[in-house]
Amino acid sequence: MNLYFRRRLVNTLSLTLSLAAMAFGLFWLLWILYTLLKNGLGGLSLSLFTQSTPAPGSPGGLANAILGSLTMAGAGTLIGTPIGILAGTYLAEFGERGWLAPATRFINDILLSAPSIVIGLFIYEAYVRHVGHFSGWAGALALSLLVIPVVVRTTENMLKLVPNTMREAAYALGAPQWKMVLSISLRAAKAGVLTGVLLAVARILGETAPLLFTALNNQFYSNMNQPMANLPVVIFQYAMSPYEDWHALAWAGSLLIGVFVLGLNIVARALVRNPSQH
Amino acid sequence: MTGLTPKLAVKKLDFYYGHFHALKNINLDIYEGKVTAFIGPSGCGKSTLLRTFNRMYGLYPKQRAEGEINMNGRNLLDSDVDLNMLRAKVGMVFQKPTPFPMSIYDNIAFGVKLYENLSKPDMDDRVEWALQKAALWNEAKDKLKQSGLGLSGGQQQRLCIARAVAVKPEVLLLDEPTSALDPISTAHIEELVHELKQDYTIAIVTHNMQQAARVSDYTAYMYLGELIEVGQTDGIFTTPQKKATEDYITGKFG
Repeated sequence: MNLYFRRRLVNTLSLTLSLAAMAFGLFWLLWILYTLLKNGLGGLSLSLFTQSTPAPGSPGGLANAILGSLTMAGAGTLIGTPIGILAGTYLAEFGERGWLAPATRFINDILLSAPSIVIGLFIYEAYVRHVGHFSGWAGALALSLLVIPVVVRTTENMLKLVPNTMREAAYALGAPQWKMVLSISLRAAKAGVLTGVLLAVARILGETAPLLFTALNNQFYSNMNQPMANLPVVIFQYAMSPYEDWHALAWAGSLLIGVFVLGLNIVARALVRNPSQH
Repeated sequence: MTGLTPKLAVKKLDFYYGHFHALKNINLDIYEGKVTAFIGPSGCGKSTLLRTFNRMYGLYPKQRAEGEINMNGRNLLDSDVDLNMLRAKVGMVFQKPTPFPMSIYDNIAFGVKLYENLSKPDMDDRVEWALQKAALWNEAKDKLKQSGLGLSGGQQQRLCIARAVAVKPEVLLLDEPTSALDPISTAHIEELVHELKQDYTIAIVTHNMQQAARVSDYTAYMYLGELIEVGQTDGIFTTPQKKATEDYITGKFG
């Protein structure tokens, strides 16, 4: 009996501690959301989406920054995703023998946890300095380097979840390996791989550091060969400024990113929980 | 005893998982157009033996086989055998149903498309033919475009049989095909084995001795990686030659 009561006590204690930890985490998250909503909602208006970033004191919006963020995140995703999926597929399906896969996996883990400002500096050194000016392409390149490790990791993990019996069944019909990987493994892991891509997009949308040395900023609409406006850098600059109206725009921009990232995460979650295969 | 030709002739077969000697000097003929059942306690090597017939073990670097398995005058274990072609000729159905994450139609067309270039109507015919063979046509004909994963366990296993049959193999390997199924689905599959032996040579691994007695013409009893006894199923179950076989069959052991 003594043992039984001790077990109950330990159970209650650990449950309480976990609940407290969860409440602590949730508290800050809700506070952040509350602050975003309180300060950002006021700045939401149609002009936010139609007008460019203004000079202090004049009316304006964030249209060029929103467009720039979406363009660069889109280009970064388009560059990074195929590389990430191919590399992840290699690791999960072809890399059983030899040293290449473990080495790649290790380097990918380093890349995954590399500070994003280092990535920004790298692109500055490797690309911006040679081209001679900041540009949207440089920003997209830096973002793609952030996309790759996330997609590699999730693709590999999701493929590893595909039961080996499924692979054997495809081989048993006489399927060559490439055909098996393409039509069976990747198809079975489709929802998970897509989730990884969405999470990568969510990650790069809010990144400021890699854009500081690459895309910089622009007061106007621009093409990918020019410095390009984007939400995180605009928020950074406007929030640091002494002007009230710029502060309001910075809050509105923060709210936009926050809501967008939250939405992407919810979609990603739904995909994993309810994969199309059921 | 007329017209018996060995489809697979196993000679001095040894099999290793790393250093573990899993099959020891197996000698056995599997006759064309007959059902051969493999029985024996877990770990005796019966599934391992089955997986040498289509060289499925080759997917795993530490597994290797030595000896001969002759089929159509060739040793399957030769290193220059084209594995994909071999597996197209020697089909396999696994313990757990493994439908691919695609429609019922595509599940069956997948294997066919690997080796044949059929027109749409021909493919439709082939899919229907295979589903008929696997006694699944009546249940599946109205939902060919639906996911194979939506079928019940027993239907999924019949889909896997249809998929294997659709590529028109010469030999069909069944690795405990009913162990994950309920009695009614099991009965379906056993009837199917009877039907299929008209056209195929079948090797079936089973834990269920009644099943072996019901479906097979020949039975092989294995124990600890050795082939203890093989013969006509009636003989094995009524007058086993070896004491070990008798003990296992009568339930004294195993």
